[in-house]
Amino acid sequence: MNPTHYIVLSAILFSIGAVGVLVRRNAIVVFMCVELMLNASNLALITFAKVNGNLEGQIAAFFVMVVAAAEVVVGLAIIMTIFRTRRSASVDDASLLKY
Amino acid sequence: MSNQALALFSETVPVISPVAADGVFSLLWLVIALPALGAAVLLIGGKATDKWGHLLGTATVAGSFAISLAAFIGLLGRGAEDRSIEQSLWTWFEAGSYQVSFSLLYDQLSALFLLLITGVGSLIHIYSIGYMSHDARRRRFFGYLNLFVAAMLVLVLSGDYLGVFMGWEGVGLASYLLIGFWQHKDSAAMAAKKAFVVNRVGDIGMALGASLIFATFGTTSFAAISKLSEQADPSTLTAIGLLLLLAACGKSAQFPLQSWLLDAMEGPTPVSALIHAATMVTAGVYLIVRSNFIFSLTEDARTAVMVIGCITLLMGAVIGCAKDDIKKGLAGSTMSQIGYMILAAGLGPVGYALAIFHLLTHGFFKANMFLGAGSVMHGMNDDVNMRHYGALRKAMPVTFLTFAMGYLAILGVPPFSGFFSKDKIIESAFATNPVAGMAALIGAGVTGFYMTRMMLMTYFTAKRWEDDVHPHESPKSMTMPLVILAALSILGGVMIWGNWIVDWLAPVVGEPHEHHLAVSPIVMSAIILAVVAVGVFTAWVLVGKREVPREAPTKVSAFTKAARADLYGDAFNESFVIAPTMGTVKALTVLDEHVVDGAIEGAADSFRLSSGALRGLQTGYVRSYALSLLGGAALVVIALLVVTL
Repeated sequence: MNPTHYIVLSAILFSIGAVGVLVRRNAIVVFMCVELMLNASNLALITFAKVNGNLEGQIAAFFVMVVAAAEVVVGLAIIMTIFRTRRSASVDDASLLKY
Repeated sequence: MSNQALALFSETVPVISPVAADGVFSLLWLVIALPALGAAVLLIGGKATDKWGHLLGTATVAGSFAISLAAFIGLLGRGAEDRSIEQSLWTWFEAGSYQVSFSLLYDQLSALFLLLITGVGSLIHIYSIGYMSHDARRRRFFGYLNLFVAAMLVLVLSGDYLGVFMGWEGVGLASYLLIGFWQHKDSAAMAAKKAFVVNRVGDIGMALGASLIFATFGTTSFAAISKLSEQADPSTLTAIGLLLLLAACGKSAQFPLQSWLLDAMEGPTPVSALIHAATMVTAGVYLIVRSNFIFSLTEDARTAVMVIGCITLLMGAVIGCAKDDIKKGLAGSTMSQIGYMILAAGLGPVGYALAIFHLLTHGFFKANMFLGAGSVMHGMNDDVNMRHYGALRKAMPVTFLTFAMGYLAILGVPPFSGFFSKDKIIESAFATNPVAGMAALIGAGVTGFYMTRMMLMTYFTAKRWEDDVHPHESPKSMTMPLVILAALSILGGVMIWGNWIVDWLAPVVGEPHEHHLAVSPIVMSAIILAVVAVGVFTAWVLVGKREVPREAPTKVSAFTKAARADLYGDAFNESFVIAPTMGTVKALTVLDEHVVDGAIEGAADSFRLSSGALRGLQTGYVRSYALSLLGGAALVVIALLVVTL
């Protein structure tokens, strides 16, 4: 099988996610973009696992999913709390932790 | 000069071979222990001992005197070869074959010192009972006096340089405490500090000298060194001699460390009599005579000793001429007389015994005159200015008569004690070195002047005291010591009867050589007396025949001004020692503040500024962090690609 298409797709998804993280202000959208980047890397992992004919890449993808799930739990909780106290989901508003 | 050549010319040094102490000599340690115990009880016991403290203090010193006298009689009964007695007390520490112990050496020399210190010490303790009776802190005064006597006895009884050093520092401490006894007076506190600091300079000489002795001989014991010193390198001996001379200069107020003695007169008068006339200031003479096994072998160090003695005897005499303060006049005289002793010690074996002889007679007549001055002050409301005295001979007959005995003794009028001791020194100085002899002779003339001036201004001339001053004779406890000391000033000369003191000390300091004088001793004595008479006559013309003004005249010659300013000794120290030191300190402070601190503060500043700049990166915007994260990751990827491709 030719992995090129899969890798290109993965790269496109990753780039969309990365640009989304950098340009969007809404914390939920930023969060979803992060998920997009993680899934893009999962796609790349699985593709290479298929090419190499072993399971290591797939196992790594599972781990990424687990981490992503945990991250969602913590991340959404933080976003919710910030929204409750500051009435805003903008990441630029939450900029108090600085010099 | 090679070693062999030196051996031909050099002296042979008497070897000290002490025997163990027995009989009365086994009590020697008590001589030190009694006053030390007295000092401990009086100083630790505090106010509880106020009532009887002065009696205890006097009793301990009198007890020491009794033991010293018994030991001296015991020593007289022995043969010359058994007269060095050693009492081992304890060992400080041991390391392998090396041992540092503390032992007492009682011989002909220390026996005389013991009698002087405890004898004159007892008299001055008795005198102080009366003199200090109005002082609320009399008990403490006696505690310090006892401490001094104990330390001085350690100094002269110790059998090695280490013990001498201990006593040396002890008397320095006691002297400091007693000069500053009236520390509520600024001048007394300053004088005490000055004495302490100037003495430290001399003490450096003592410490280095003792260290060099140990490095050279491997021991500091007198007995051991007297057996080894003839084999030692002459230049090392000279170095040791010069260091010990520095020590002697500090303690005995010799040029160039003389400046503290005049200020030390701020202390109570019994202190001036005991410490700064009779005993402590003669410790330098003791040190040099005791170290005869060093000085006899080094001509150069002896010459230095002689020169210092000549300079100081003239300086002290000249300073004494211009002082209106009776105690300072006597202090200048003390400097001068110790100069005679140092000069005699610098003459070598011919002079050692004479130095000790003059030290003893001076101890008598100078203590006598200091106590006499104290008695005058006692009757004159503690005024020390001789311009406010005059015609006191009728008001204080006992003080006057006893003072006159001291006066005749210091002038060297026969048959008073000073005649025998001073004439011998001047004769020997002429025989050894005519320049030194001339200095000593001129010094005798100047002595005649300043002592007569003091005598006239105090006891003769018109009365100049105010109406509210009522001069009166002092109590018995003060006049009794005066009478005894006056008797000793008259009779002290018997020690030279049949050359006794010279023969007595010969086993310790070596046999004197025969010396030949161009003129016979009688002619020499006549010349000396003539010179003294010129001094006395000059004083009579300048002071006795004129009216003495109550205020010191200000229009005086440059010479008088110099003498009043202690021959600029303090000014010299000020500009050549203190000012350069202060300058160095200022320069070092600037260096520290600007260079050392500057480097450290500069480094701190650069870190602070750069971290301030870096801090700006922490914007708090999550997206900017994400950008740098991405950029960093991209850089890593690019770097990997560049490396692998």
